Amino acid sequence: MQINLTVNGKARASEVEDRTLLVYYLREQLGLTGAHVACDTSSCGACTVHVDGVAVKSCTLLAAQADGCQVTTIEGLASGNDLHPLQQGFKECHGLQCGFCTPGMIMTAADLLNTNPHPSETEIRVALEGNICRCTGYHNIVKAIQWAAEHQAVPA
Amino acid sequence: MITYPFQYKRADSVADAVAMLGEGGKALSGGHSLIPSMKLRLNAPDTLVDVGRIAELKTITVDGNDLVIGAGATHGQIASSSVVKQHVPMFAEGAAHIGDPSVRNRGTIGGSLAHADPSADWPAMVLAADATIVVQGANGSRSIAASDFFTGLFSTALEDDELITAIRVSSQADAKMTYQKFAQPASRYALVGCAVVKSADGSVRVAFSGVSDTPFRDSAAESQLNGGASSANAASGQSIMSDHFATEEYRRHLANVYLKRALAAVA
Repeated sequence: MQINLTVNGKARASEVEDRTLLVYYLREQLGLTGAHVACDTSSCGACTVHVDGVAVKSCTLLAAQADGCQVTTIEGLASGNDLHPLQQGFKECHGLQCGFCTPGMIMTAADLLNTNPHPSETEIRVALEGNICRCTGYHNIVKAIQWAAEHQAVPA
Repeated sequence: MITYPFQYKRADSVADAVAMLGEGGKALSGGHSLIPSMKLRLNAPDTLVDVGRIAELKTITVDGNDLVIGAGATHGQIASSSVVKQHVPMFAEGAAHIGDPSVRNRGTIGGSLAHADPSADWPAMVLAADATIVVQGANGSRSIAASDFFTGLFSTALEDDELITAIRVSSQADAKMTYQKFAQPASRYALVGCAVVKSADGSVRVAFSGVSDTPFRDSAAESQLNGGASSANAASGQSIMSDHFATEEYRRHLANVYLKRALAAVA
């Protein structure tokens, strides 16, 4: 089937199979490999992207369901060479070890900061319930998000 | 993991969806139960009818003394709804602990009820709240009491060509109510979920998710409690699930613990 959507600000018209999951469309048809496939059961959050401004697990959404929507992936977060405050925060606070979970962590955190620009540590930890870090680097991930909340010039 | 091939259709209205379901297939709402089960080949509809964009299914309104939640309302929408918090606060409390924020952004109450996962949170809540499931089929609309809705493991009273359109529940602003669960740490499904509603007259309704292969009203515990006992044995006479997450003995223990916690919360 034909889908028309906007990915990271760019209009895309693509032919997909009805069964194509959004994450595979992004990774294999558009070459946007930032969203990762890990648990594949909507538990781990490595595949998190935004659809119409809201964090979703792209392994559990059909590309067809995103037809007509605005999709943002980790690749669409920076402005040119300027890192997004969350990306900068993860860099400053050593918020990643192996880095596999990082795109999902950042996209989930971006959704949090959109709705709650100054979250408490508890609110950050609750927001990350659906994002699993196999390196168990949660303390620095929380610090990175706090850093971003303090340093965002405008709401993320 | 990609599912087997199927055909995707999108419905623009309830009437449209019912007509499409009449030709076969299964309704797709948020897809957060259905898509994972299709990946695992536990569900294999040849057609999906996407009802996720039908605006009339997403409203949360008050009709007379009833709270009416559209079947397409997401868990997140219900968790943050001031109308829900006012009329049936347990629904907002419970919805806030379903899955995780991304799951709550997509998953819907109607989808969860239709899927009837024995470990999902909504079944216990709609049972204890004595809610009604409103469905639409080719022959019109009908209402199914929550107590008649769950018929077995992943099985409901819903016909193949019927779509859940709303969940209707009497306003219970004067009752005390709570949903308490022990969540499986990765999936956040309920290993045990206990919903208790205590009416203004002191009578209680108790229901469980996660304990048996069919969510149930715990009438044995209710009669002990409504007969004046201050505590009760949970899930007496029920067959208890046993799996790699929790044995039968452990689940029964947790059911008693969570009933105690729920009763303390409404005391």
